[in-house]
Amino acid sequence: MRQPLFLGKGKYMKKSSKWSLMRRFTKGSIGYFIGAVLASLGVTVLNSFTPQVFRYTIDTVLGENESALPGFVNAWIERIGGVSFLQGHLWWIAAAIVVIALLAWLMNYLWRLCTASAGENFAKNIRNQLFYHVQRLPMRWHDQNKTGDIIQRCTSDVEVIRNFSVQQLLEVFRISFMVVVSFTMMYSMNQKLAIIVLLFVPLIVAYTMIFYGKIRHRYQEADEAEGELSAVVQENATGVRVVRAFGRESFELAKFDEKNTRFSDLWILAGRISAWFWSCGDIITGLQIVTVIVIGAYIAARGNMTVGEFVAFATYNGNLVWPIRRLGRIFSEMSKAGVSFERVQYILDGEEEKDDVAVLANVPEKIDIAFSHVNFSYDEEHPVLKDVTFTVKEGQTIGVLGGTGSGKSTVMQLLERLYEIKEGEITIGGISANALPKSWIRANVGLVLQEPFLFSRTIRENIASGRPDATEEEIREAARIACVDDAIMEFADGYDTLVGERGVTLSGGQRQRIAIARMVLQNTPIMIFDDSLSAVDAETDIKIRQALRQFRGNTTMIIISHRVTTLMGADEIYVMHHGRIREHGTHEELIAREGIYRQIYEIQMSQDDRRFLQEEGKEEK
Amino acid sequence: MAAYDEQEYNKPFDIKVWFRMLPFMKPFRRQIVIAMSTNVILALIDIAFPFFQSYAIDHFIVPQETSGIGLFALTYVLLILVQSAFFILMINASFVVEMNMGRDMKRAEFEHLQRLSFSYYNTTPVGYIHSRVMSDTNRIAGQIAWGLSDLLWCSIYVVFVFVVMFILDWKLALVVSLIVPFVLFLTNFFENKLLGYNRKVRKVNSEITGAFNEGITGVRTTKTLVGEEANDRDFRGLTQKMHHSSVAVARVNAVFIPSIMFFGYVAAAIVLAQGGHLVQLDLMKLGTLSIFISYALNIFEPVQGIASIVAEVISCQANVERVMDLLDQEPGIHDKPEVKEKYGDTFAPKKENWEPVQGHITFEDVSFMYPDGKEYVLEHFNLDIPAGRNVAIVGETGAGKSTLVNLACRFYEPTSGRILIDGVDYRERSELWLHSQIGYVLQNPHLFSGTIRENIRYGRLDATDAEVEEAARKVSADEVAAKMKDGYESDVGEGGGLLSTGEKQLISFARAILAKPAIFVLDEATSSIDTKTEQLIQNATNEVLKNHTAFVIAHRLSTIRQADLILVVNDGKIIERGTHKELLRKKGYYYDLYSRQFEEEESRKVFA
Repeated sequence: MRQPLFLGKGKYMKKSSKWSLMRRFTKGSIGYFIGAVLASLGVTVLNSFTPQVFRYTIDTVLGENESALPGFVNAWIERIGGVSFLQGHLWWIAAAIVVIALLAWLMNYLWRLCTASAGENFAKNIRNQLFYHVQRLPMRWHDQNKTGDIIQRCTSDVEVIRNFSVQQLLEVFRISFMVVVSFTMMYSMNQKLAIIVLLFVPLIVAYTMIFYGKIRHRYQEADEAEGELSAVVQENATGVRVVRAFGRESFELAKFDEKNTRFSDLWILAGRISAWFWSCGDIITGLQIVTVIVIGAYIAARGNMTVGEFVAFATYNGNLVWPIRRLGRIFSEMSKAGVSFERVQYILDGEEEKDDVAVLANVPEKIDIAFSHVNFSYDEEHPVLKDVTFTVKEGQTIGVLGGTGSGKSTVMQLLERLYEIKEGEITIGGISANALPKSWIRANVGLVLQEPFLFSRTIRENIASGRPDATEEEIREAARIACVDDAIMEFADGYDTLVGERGVTLSGGQRQRIAIARMVLQNTPIMIFDDSLSAVDAETDIKIRQALRQFRGNTTMIIISHRVTTLMGADEIYVMHHGRIREHGTHEELIAREGIYRQIYEIQMSQDDRRFLQEEGKEEK
Repeated sequence: MAAYDEQEYNKPFDIKVWFRMLPFMKPFRRQIVIAMSTNVILALIDIAFPFFQSYAIDHFIVPQETSGIGLFALTYVLLILVQSAFFILMINASFVVEMNMGRDMKRAEFEHLQRLSFSYYNTTPVGYIHSRVMSDTNRIAGQIAWGLSDLLWCSIYVVFVFVVMFILDWKLALVVSLIVPFVLFLTNFFENKLLGYNRKVRKVNSEITGAFNEGITGVRTTKTLVGEEANDRDFRGLTQKMHHSSVAVARVNAVFIPSIMFFGYVAAAIVLAQGGHLVQLDLMKLGTLSIFISYALNIFEPVQGIASIVAEVISCQANVERVMDLLDQEPGIHDKPEVKEKYGDTFAPKKENWEPVQGHITFEDVSFMYPDGKEYVLEHFNLDIPAGRNVAIVGETGAGKSTLVNLACRFYEPTSGRILIDGVDYRERSELWLHSQIGYVLQNPHLFSGTIRENIRYGRLDATDAEVEEAARKVSADEVAAKMKDGYESDVGEGGGLLSTGEKQLISFARAILAKPAIFVLDEATSSIDTKTEQLIQNATNEVLKNHTAFVIAHRLSTIRQADLILVVNDGKIIERGTHKELLRKKGYYYDLYSRQFEEEESRKVFA
């Protein structure tokens, strides 16, 4: 029985420019982006109508000026009865305002909805891409990067980019429309005054940009102070035993006080500076408003502007002032988003694991494994494997004995192709491992570690994580083979028991057996037990392996252990020491030799107390 | 730990809960008054601004008159300057209130945490404690400092705008006021919806973070299981859920906020129609109409503000309750009043009254049950450890070996019976007195952020540099320092994260030995450590055990053999006790345990 062909999709990412990345992230959002831009244009234009209605009412309906509305509107008014009709029916004007407001409401609704949809879609794309990519980055990349840092990039930095590209980028459009539309309206009513207004725009934008540029490091400092304070609390709570055992409560409190005071003082200082900056900004905008009102009033008093124009002008100007200040802030925050973007890009630039062959030409007849003259080092400096050569025939049981750091686990990781070798060759079924798709190899080589990683999901999902389509019966069968079914059934929630932080705490032996069940369900022709029976008693150990043999007759088993009893039944036993294979042979052959295996055997198997008594003797001397 | 999940919170507003914040507000009453009163002034100034436009219309534009426009401009500018000055005052006062109140609450919690017993820490996740101290207090302080003054601003603005409108034209004002209930109802309706959706967003967000965490830490397993695609699928499910909930929030907001603006326009339209009519009849000046229109457009945002802030404050009640809950926790262990009187308390010890400790520990008929346990783990237990003797505690992982240590250190107290230190029940002395006499080395040693030197000095704060280095040398921790770039001044990272377990252990030995304690508590490491460090730790252990009363949760054969007494623990209970030889001869549980350990250690030696 062979595993079905399991092939990766061959989606690889190359180093990408910011723009091509941007394109990928915005996939499916473009429509919403355009919708948001159009809707914001609609909102701006509609909102610019209302002051014109006020102006018309004040100047033409209530006053005696000629209508300044475009011809077709005038024609329409004529049709319903002209200005004189409106003078008697002011409610018609009110109705017009309400209709415009309703349309504006609709546009506003669309604008907000499109903005949110674009943004959420964008965020979803980035998160999905990151998750996809992170899982496919080679182990070497993961070894080189700190988990906490990667998570930070995947979460906080994504949030910063999302906020920027959605809220702020779209806001830039909206504000720009507002400036253009308001300015056009103002310009059409009074050119000089409009130009005076325009002169203030760069001033306000520049002031705000400088302000946020200057204040940012204050806030950063305050943020860092919060981080330090937070770390003190965290460490105090995790280290509570040490604090208490040394009676250091006062010292801790003093340390906390210092950070706490610093944190609040820095914020108060940042607040104080901000208050001044804000107020100065208010004064500048206030002066702008005063200028418009005073000069406008002056012009109007001279008869060069109507009351309605004056009111409309003041309204447009009022609509303009605050968004412009926001614009300055957005510009100054662009650099922040840029930094986050680069931090995310760093992850996406890491090259995914790839197969030179995506398609498996022909399935190996017999899945024999051969290492020939393999040298390996994680850091190019300290060799971990030296000239490792061995062969495992399909269906054999192989034992591996070795000390800490002897390289035995490395051999298994290389067999899984979690790392690439530079010297020597690994073949599976006579085909070089490099010529086989990684996904095929991994689907055929199962590995259980001494401290297996379980996902914080239910036990059922954990067992099925190598084969999500498995049936209930298959899952339980696998658990029975791993001798863990009974233990699982003892939990109140059985197979639905949650594992990990939010669920039950499993013992080391239970974890190992669940991981074994997971591998059994994966049904790999090659199974590696990397010291993974260490927390299981000898009897269960034997039971599990017998059940496995029955379940799958031709399984190749590689068992790493430091217990001779676990290894002695193997067809071939390898003893590894300092990265080399020192001895190999059957149990009997190795016993016959005066080597490491024999020594270990004697230590573990001697049944009498002499060894202890010897020890005691030594001490008494 | 499901009990600590973010719980649904929908208790009604309860002013009594908030009264408990008063002591924290009291020291800043001056600033609170300033913030409040400046907000009143600011609201009044904001109400005054539309009058300028109206004045300009009625006095300059309509009569075509420009005299007095200079004074007009000057007054306008002055009012803006006055407003800015009050604004600065308000912001400063609010920041002071927010940050200092937050600081005081944090301090109160932290101080209280230093008094709480282990039974609290053992049942409460660190993350929960952390967010009680950090985020809850931040939110409460923010609400009190800004929420309340915003509420005041909004209320004053709304009330006085109506007052002004009623004075100007009561009929028109009445029409505008009819819209207020709609806005309030709408806000209440949408706020409730948002609350639920936002909770969902937060929940999914933490699930996404969790998924990233697992995807990264479990990457090796995922690869060997070829589980990438399945994980991708699950993850895409999460991001889809996130998308769904976030868009739902946005949809509510997309209806809600434009609606408030819409009401403003409706009000303005009514004002224009009705007011325009009055202008036609010369019953109202054009300028007054312009004031009405400005008010109509601007009043509903503060009305909505009032409703929103009230909703926020009510939901913030949950944070207040959580903080108070922490402060209300009773320490399981505390000194009797007369003991406190004589020996001082945690933060004000009277060291001059402390008796020196010899290190003679006696368990006298001690029975013990963990506060959350169901059965006794110790029953009528007696043990006498003369000063300077070592007791080794052995047993499988999870067998309950730390119970005796917890009792001896008074991290827990006996349920019945007594524990005597130098012949006196330790409850007759202060907790701090005992703790200052203990040197503690943990299996997974905990270091604090800071330098190696600071971490060693944690053992005795007044130790000189020379003493620190001397202690380090005694246990070979100097080799750890020597390896680092800045020697003793090297940073160890958060929780000592920049050092290996073995290195951390050596530092913690130095820390313990510097304290010159009468009693040592040592939890030997089980994790595999490289041979060289292993040897150093072995030496350090020997150094520490010499001449000290010690409890050792032992894993090393040499440590066990050297002990004056061995206690064998299984399933939470002491099943065998005696010297090494006695226990071996018994050929019982200890014999099996020892022979297994012996094999392992000897095997390891073969490979060394």
